[in-house]
Amino acid sequence: MASLSPQIQMQHLAWRAGFGEPLSVINDWSDKRLKVVVNQILIGRRNRTPDVNVMSDADMPDFKKIKGMTPDEKKAVQQKNVQGIKDLNLSWMKEMAGSEHPLREKMSLFWHGHFACRTQDVLYNQQLLGVIRENALGNFGDLLTEVSKSPAMLQFLNNQQNRKQHPNENFAREVMELFTLGRGNYTETDVKEAARAFTGWSFDETGEFKFRDKLHDDGDKHILGKHGNYNGDDVLKILLDQRQCAKFITTKIYRFFVDDNPDEVRINQLAESFYHSGYEIKSLMREIFMSDWFYDPKYVGNKIKSPVELLVGIRRAVPMTFDEEATMLVFQRILGQVLFYPPNVAGWPGGRNWIDSSSLMFRLRVPQIIFYSQALNIQPKEIMPEMGDGGNYKMTLQINDFLKKQYSKKINAHIDWDPYIKGFEQVPREALADSIAGSLLVVPGNANKQLLEKYADMSNREAYIKTVSIDVMSMPEYQLC
Amino acid sequence: MHIINRRRFLQVGSLASAAMMMPKFLKALERGELVPPGNKVLVIIQLSGGNDGLNTIIPYRNDIYYRSRPALGIKRTDALSLTDNLGIHPALKGFKSLYDDGALGVLNNVGYPNPDRSHFRSMDIWHTASQSNEIWSDGWIGRYLDAQCKGCDKPTQALEIDDTLSLALKGDSAKGLALTDPTRLFGTSNNPFFKDLLQHGGHDDEHHNVDYLYKTMSETISSASYIQQQFKTYQSKESYPNTELGKNLRTIANLIMSDINTKVYYVSHGSFDTHVNQQQQQERLFQQLSDAVTVFTGDLKKNNRFQDVVVMTFSEFGRRVSQNASGGTDHGTANNMFLIGGGLQEKGVLNDGPDLMNLMDGDLRYNVDFKSVYATLLSRWLGADDKAILKADYQHLNFV
Repeated sequence: MASLSPQIQMQHLAWRAGFGEPLSVINDWSDKRLKVVVNQILIGRRNRTPDVNVMSDADMPDFKKIKGMTPDEKKAVQQKNVQGIKDLNLSWMKEMAGSEHPLREKMSLFWHGHFACRTQDVLYNQQLLGVIRENALGNFGDLLTEVSKSPAMLQFLNNQQNRKQHPNENFAREVMELFTLGRGNYTETDVKEAARAFTGWSFDETGEFKFRDKLHDDGDKHILGKHGNYNGDDVLKILLDQRQCAKFITTKIYRFFVDDNPDEVRINQLAESFYHSGYEIKSLMREIFMSDWFYDPKYVGNKIKSPVELLVGIRRAVPMTFDEEATMLVFQRILGQVLFYPPNVAGWPGGRNWIDSSSLMFRLRVPQIIFYSQALNIQPKEIMPEMGDGGNYKMTLQINDFLKKQYSKKINAHIDWDPYIKGFEQVPREALADSIAGSLLVVPGNANKQLLEKYADMSNREAYIKTVSIDVMSMPEYQLC
Repeated sequence: MHIINRRRFLQVGSLASAAMMMPKFLKALERGELVPPGNKVLVIIQLSGGNDGLNTIIPYRNDIYYRSRPALGIKRTDALSLTDNLGIHPALKGFKSLYDDGALGVLNNVGYPNPDRSHFRSMDIWHTASQSNEIWSDGWIGRYLDAQCKGCDKPTQALEIDDTLSLALKGDSAKGLALTDPTRLFGTSNNPFFKDLLQHGGHDDEHHNVDYLYKTMSETISSASYIQQQFKTYQSKESYPNTELGKNLRTIANLIMSDINTKVYYVSHGSFDTHVNQQQQQERLFQQLSDAVTVFTGDLKKNNRFQDVVVMTFSEFGRRVSQNASGGTDHGTANNMFLIGGGLQEKGVLNDGPDLMNLMDGDLRYNVDFKSVYATLLSRWLGADDKAILKADYQHLNFV
């Protein structure tokens, strides 16, 4: 395969294992051995996991009190939940943009789509996000178990309704179909029997996992060729024992981190070692990032950024804050990816699904809207309350009103250009355009000096850097990583 | 020199000068011929939020209906009578006239097996035409585009009048185009920087996404200019109501009357999520719907296009049979659909109304799968291979 310059290799790595890095970081990496860089990426610059929590249990009223609440009090709780989920979204986005451990956030974004879940309870959301971020690069078995026992997931997949007398199969089905094996790798009987094993998996009013003995079916079960008096933990172990589980997860990781089109041979190799490592996510990621084929030019710059990757990438390149941070939610909504609101249990389909005429044209306008304080001039579709009981009806009307008002509102961003501009200090004037394009794009494609200068503000060096950068970010190539 | 009579002059003149030089009055004479007849069009109006079908087509002789809805039931005297058993909501006066003209079909008890009561899930099912236990990432109109529009030079066969594109119009390789205003779309896409980029970009490698993006961008820009061009050829003289739906249907009418290649138009109206104080909200939305559709169908009739258009309405679910404590209704299951057009083969009330004696957990049972309606429209109206597009063989109905 054609070899790439170390700088392009590192750009590729920075985008796939994170959300892009500024020129200084790329230059620093380019001077090091790959092994050293990959090791650093895997552990992060700082190894603690700063939480992105927006609330503590004490901020919400005691669950037991809720039944006795007046309608106004209930409304206040709901308002807190809605606001809390918004805050959680924004706080996580900020963490992604400024993170000292971007791979952990990128991996968490992956698991957030894999373990897709919707709940109107801010604390459940926060707890599940915590589990995902904590285990993002840890052991898949631990992650699977903790997610499966989280109140968010148990509630979302109706396991609260899964009892010995009336099994509810939703949870068991999704655990097999979406979390571990994929369709076609289990039978309807396996689902039914696994559902019996998960009976009694539940959570109490404080959001703690609780095994309810009386609801549990302790009869003999036949699952995937084994039989015994299984409980939920046993089922997860049986699923992890299947090589298909390693293959299913590896395929999904490959599609997210390498290429939309899975390569069977490579995936089989990766899955084999993933399985033998006992599902250590970090070692799987190391193997991918250390492989020669990962740097094959055909993969470089061939992934379409998700909306969150696009927005975070811009903010990571040029630090900024907003008068109203909530406008980030409007961007997410228009572009089709709102954190904590996956479209369905299967998560965001990704790839070319992100792109249609209107979403592409809006993507190309995003940098101009932000950097030139333009109005959005586009309205997202109305949203509807998700839980089906009508309890959030009025809240939804308020959110729709908010979205409508954003239409002609100018986006007020406070942009800190200094560190960005400083990154080009050593670059001579005639090499600036290429250098900017080279730092923002993984594949330079159409970015040539002549074209960029045609639209650049040539009045001074600073204006030149800014306008060229904004134009580069408005190119189709910038949608790719 | 030949003496050319006036008739001959008109013919030669219109051929020679084409659209470019033809005086306006001549264009007006020719209008009926501008769009060749037989160019079938489907207009889909999505009633977002789950419209209450029971208060749309009202079983006004049914005691169970009034018992379940002591406050919310529409009085027999208020409902506009369609048949001996069924009436239509009083705010849907325009629909009643369409019914009297033989241009309205009402399909009752439409739904799907194992109904889902969540908005987003049920809407997905209607958009993709999947079974309720399947998750598909492409929409039924998108797959129609995939099948019909391979290599189309102007990918404008399906347009959504909105700022963002619905799942229904997203195919695997082809996608519909969303716009609220052709002029604005043209303005945004007509950007010199983008045009310069297009001059150099793209290499025709369908596996590489950069080419996919350039292809999409180029199609958008050329579609925008094509739509803008066509859009200018006809401006309706009718006065459409000054509501969002009114404006959107006016845009659709202008496009239908121009010689554009669009087969499917998609527009949403809502929100019908009426958990609280349903009466007012539904009445207001119906009024808007009825007013806009009345002007729209009138416009089509005057221009001899009504025969070639079918309007279909749908909602992601109906509401529960019983009213709730807040003067509203909660999420239910089966629902009705309207079919409107000058060329309906079967009209009026197409099947029996809801069976309130035979509920399931307080909800209506469906007996027409909505995918049968899609299959019918795809095959009999749009001449497409419904089995391939819907990935199953659904029974065809006879309304077109």
